[in-house]
Amino acid sequence: MLPTAGVWGIIHREGKRDVTEGQGSDVAARSPKGLHRFAVFTTACTFVLLIAGALVTSNDAGLSVSTWPFAPNGILPRMVGGVLYEYSHRMIAGFVGLATIVLAAWAWRRESRAWVRWLAMAALLLVVAQAGLGAANVLLYLPAPVTMAHSALAQLFFCTLVALCLFTGKWWQSDLEPLGEEGRPALRAVAGATAAVIFLQIILGAAFRGAAFRHNAVGVLPHVFGAGVVTAMVAWTAAIVFTRHGDVAPLRRAVKLLMALLAAQLALGIAAYWAVLYQEQLPQPYPLPVVLTVAHVVNGALVLAASVWLALAAFRLFGPVPEWAMVPAALKPRPGRGGQTASVRPS
Amino acid sequence: MKARVLGLAAAIALTMAVAGCSKKSEQPAEQSAAPAATVNPATAGTITGTVKLVGTAPRMPLIKMGADPACEKNNTGPVHSEEVVVGKDNALANVVVYIKSGLGNYSYPAPSEPVTLDQKGCMYHPHVITLMAGQQFQVINSDSLTHNIHVMSADNRAWNESQPQSAAPITKTFPRPEMAIPVKCNIHPWMKAYIFVFANPYYSTTGDDGAFTIKNVPPGTYTVEAWAEAAEAQPPLLSGTAEQQVTVAPSATKSVNFTFQAK
Repeated sequence: MLPTAGVWGIIHREGKRDVTEGQGSDVAARSPKGLHRFAVFTTACTFVLLIAGALVTSNDAGLSVSTWPFAPNGILPRMVGGVLYEYSHRMIAGFVGLATIVLAAWAWRRESRAWVRWLAMAALLLVVAQAGLGAANVLLYLPAPVTMAHSALAQLFFCTLVALCLFTGKWWQSDLEPLGEEGRPALRAVAGATAAVIFLQIILGAAFRGAAFRHNAVGVLPHVFGAGVVTAMVAWTAAIVFTRHGDVAPLRRAVKLLMALLAAQLALGIAAYWAVLYQEQLPQPYPLPVVLTVAHVVNGALVLAASVWLALAAFRLFGPVPEWAMVPAALKPRPGRGGQTASVRPS
Repeated sequence: MKARVLGLAAAIALTMAVAGCSKKSEQPAEQSAAPAATVNPATAGTITGTVKLVGTAPRMPLIKMGADPACEKNNTGPVHSEEVVVGKDNALANVVVYIKSGLGNYSYPAPSEPVTLDQKGCMYHPHVITLMAGQQFQVINSDSLTHNIHVMSADNRAWNESQPQSAAPITKTFPRPEMAIPVKCNIHPWMKAYIFVFANPYYSTTGDDGAFTIKNVPPGTYTVEAWAEAAEAQPPLLSGTAEQQVTVAPSATKSVNFTFQAK
């Protein structure tokens, strides 16, 4: 999982350019601590849900329960074969849906920043839409556009929760003076574009996996081309971080994580492609192809989440962060009551 | 606040509408061309023959039913994939032989008796099903567990239904001709079968002896095709000349044989 605010605090203090010194735990969080923790919990549950969803596809179990939302012969069917994967996915999804309702309600009542409240509401809307697409998948027998939309929305929902974890954490809410960014293009722009390209690459992967491309002339080529573009974009982002901001520990660590995840993803991609071709010759899903394809899908989600995290961190550090995204001045801690202004300039 | 609640309600309603629209509307029955004549049994002939495999039969993978212990229990011996089933003297089973073209404008009423697909021992019996458009297709479950039957037709309405143990047979019809419709059970993903829906009765599926017989064929010259699952697989396990020109004389029996080469 990605580091939460606490971990980020440790990372900051290890960096050459101190971007959090003095505030950290001293700054009163504007989001309730419990809300942040619950956002992290919901994100972790969603990560498990992504694994469960990938298992459904890899085991070709998407239609093993022919009715929705419950099985035709009861709320709890016999959990064997494809039903084990498909119905587990539904139950975990139901739990994540409930957790998201709680998260949105909690944010709505207790979060001081309106845009965070609305982001939590967007997460709720996404999970409801995702449930609708899940139902459509079952009842329309997995049409390619719906399966692709289901895969894409899953990633969007996961990234929204990751962003909520970041926004409700202490680091985001601390008093950071914007660092100056020299050179063009700005890291924010490149990191944002990298995240967008990774998202598109995931859609291409879903299209190949869902057989939209697999059996025609283009095959896996769009996804392979996308992998090249993603690698180039991550390399560009990393080059900017290391050459311009190598002394900013949070960025350095984040880009290293992104590169490590991408390297793993490229290796898993080759293995998963072999697995898809190998699996087609087998009478049933075998464990090794299933593990490889699931690992590729899930690690892809982590790559996207890491890129989103990096892009958001760049926006937070280099600004300008729009006024509406900042903590209201009225809620800022007063000097002498535990709050200090952070030094963001290199000493 | 009220507007926000209404917005949320609208979003949920939209999602429910997506799910609600999921049941495809029943497709209308095919408007077949007006039949000109019926086949005269007095002059009709027969096409008969065998389908054989040349070379060593590819070894079919063992099916592992551990995902559902009840399936393992229902099978005392090993069960192999049925992509290639070879009988005595290299006879090739589960090959569909049919008249592809050359037929005149005759009427072919669909048989009144249904064609049955049985789910037994977590396998489909038979592996290849042939029937006429409009003929009843019946699915029964002889296992003491639930199966789902996912019929992935393209020209006919696709469907997916669960069938618990002791459930009533599922009865469907296919209004349109369609070749090699895949059927699968997603609970037990090794369960695969194919359905062939023909516009005429001139088809036959080989048994373990590789033999086929197509009866009541009006005199004429036809293209006869043999379909073997393994020849269509990716990558194909078999190759061969699947089409032959056949001339049937009045009241005669024409013999024609097919061979597939193992790769």
